Amino acid sequence: MVDFGGWLMPVYYTNVIDEHLTTRENAGLFDICHMGEIKIEGSKSQELVQMAVSKNIKDMPIEKVHLTVMCNETGGIIDDLTVYKLGENEYMLVTNASTKDKDLNQILKIKRELNLNDPQVKVTDISSQTAKLDLQGPMSKYILQRLTTVNLESLKFYTFVKAKILDTDAIISQSGYTGEMGYELYFSCKSALKIWNKLLSVGKKWGLKPIGLGARDTLRLECGMNLYGHEISEEIHPLQSRYGWVVSFDKEFVGKKSLEKIRDDGWTRQLVGFEMVSAGIPRNGYLVFKNTHEIGLVTSGTYSPTFKRGIGMAYVDKEYKDPDTEIIIKIRENFLNARVIKLPFYKRR
Amino acid sequence: MAKLNPKELKYTKEHEWAKVEKGVATIGITDHAQELLTSIVFVELPKIGKEVEQAKSLAVVESVKSVSDVYAPVSGQVLEVNTELSNKPELVNQDAFGEGWIAKIKIKDIKELDNLMDAKSYTEYCKKGQH
Repeated sequence: MVDFGGWLMPVYYTNVIDEHLTTRENAGLFDICHMGEIKIEGSKSQELVQMAVSKNIKDMPIEKVHLTVMCNETGGIIDDLTVYKLGENEYMLVTNASTKDKDLNQILKIKRELNLNDPQVKVTDISSQTAKLDLQGPMSKYILQRLTTVNLESLKFYTFVKAKILDTDAIISQSGYTGEMGYELYFSCKSALKIWNKLLSVGKKWGLKPIGLGARDTLRLECGMNLYGHEISEEIHPLQSRYGWVVSFDKEFVGKKSLEKIRDDGWTRQLVGFEMVSAGIPRNGYLVFKNTHEIGLVTSGTYSPTFKRGIGMAYVDKEYKDPDTEIIIKIRENFLNARVIKLPFYKRR
Repeated sequence: MAKLNPKELKYTKEHEWAKVEKGVATIGITDHAQELLTSIVFVELPKIGKEVEQAKSLAVVESVKSVSDVYAPVSGQVLEVNTELSNKPELVNQDAFGEGWIAKIKIKDIKELDNLMDAKSYTEYCKKGQH
């Protein structure tokens, strides 16, 4: 068990490698109740969300999910989060656990600055009432279909539907953090244990197992997905962290002016993926070299259960960002060969 | 359940074992240690000829999520390393007291062995550490 943003969570239930491969080959169930959920509703809710996040949500249809970032005035990333459009004037923001209070403060600050009052926009932290389970992996559709009457076949990637799971009102979103086909499920925390147990018992014949934080990290890393506090922080902007595609310069939002300047002036360090050529496992905080000079810093690294070698992500000086560039990772006292790789490392078939 | 700790070995508080024969100590991590670490995916072996000090880092074992030092149970010079572990680090999990050995050290001062535990004390030490 480890302390993760104030939540006591298991790194593994049985074994990280087994849990990782189970998710890739069959299905894994993740207890993600620690993540934050913020509801924003009212006639001016779109105006508030639009100013708070980088992605343009103007033409977002109901039942759509967008990945986005929330920036500060200098363009640094306060959080990476998803926006759910629940209704015409109703949004849910799903945040990281450790950043949720920061996000909430930022949203309330923007609300004051836009002179929006309570009937126009109501902001509610629903994290403590909301349970979140992620069901991920190629078998997840068959398992979840046993617990819901809604036809999962018609649910598209990054969309959701409001439906019952057993007898509980839920949001079923086809999305996730593993690179596999799967679902993120939201419902009242009162039903969490019941749904967790039911999914595990129904899913048994499809090989479903509970998955801890360890495999959650190796799964997301193989897909080149960012983790807050590692690849991204308030000192990092979205353009250098492979989040340029969630920045919409065609609308106003906090941090836009700074990001426009960064876009036009350029930046020094860029996030890349790399694999070890020599035997060794990269870890967060290791230095990156080219010949004898330091060119960067590893933000995440692991042994990859799929590729059976060390992989990682690092910020490197921009001239070394291209795939196949040979770099060196300093692991303890050893300078070991590595190679820049196009992300993601893993793409599902 | 961890395997029984062999009687002929000496143990450290950091969960290394040493088997002493003719002034040479064969060193590894205990079965209890490999259980705590789970799947070991990489072992960084010391260089042959390296002088090591008792309780200082000798090697490194890594699981998917952790990096752990292996401390030398005795001071001395590294005579041999288990190169099998470069390709099969899982030997440490499968046979911690046997094929999963890490290095052999020419013992510098035999009196240092008095600082180590016997199997009985080590087994009790592990029990105390559990909640």
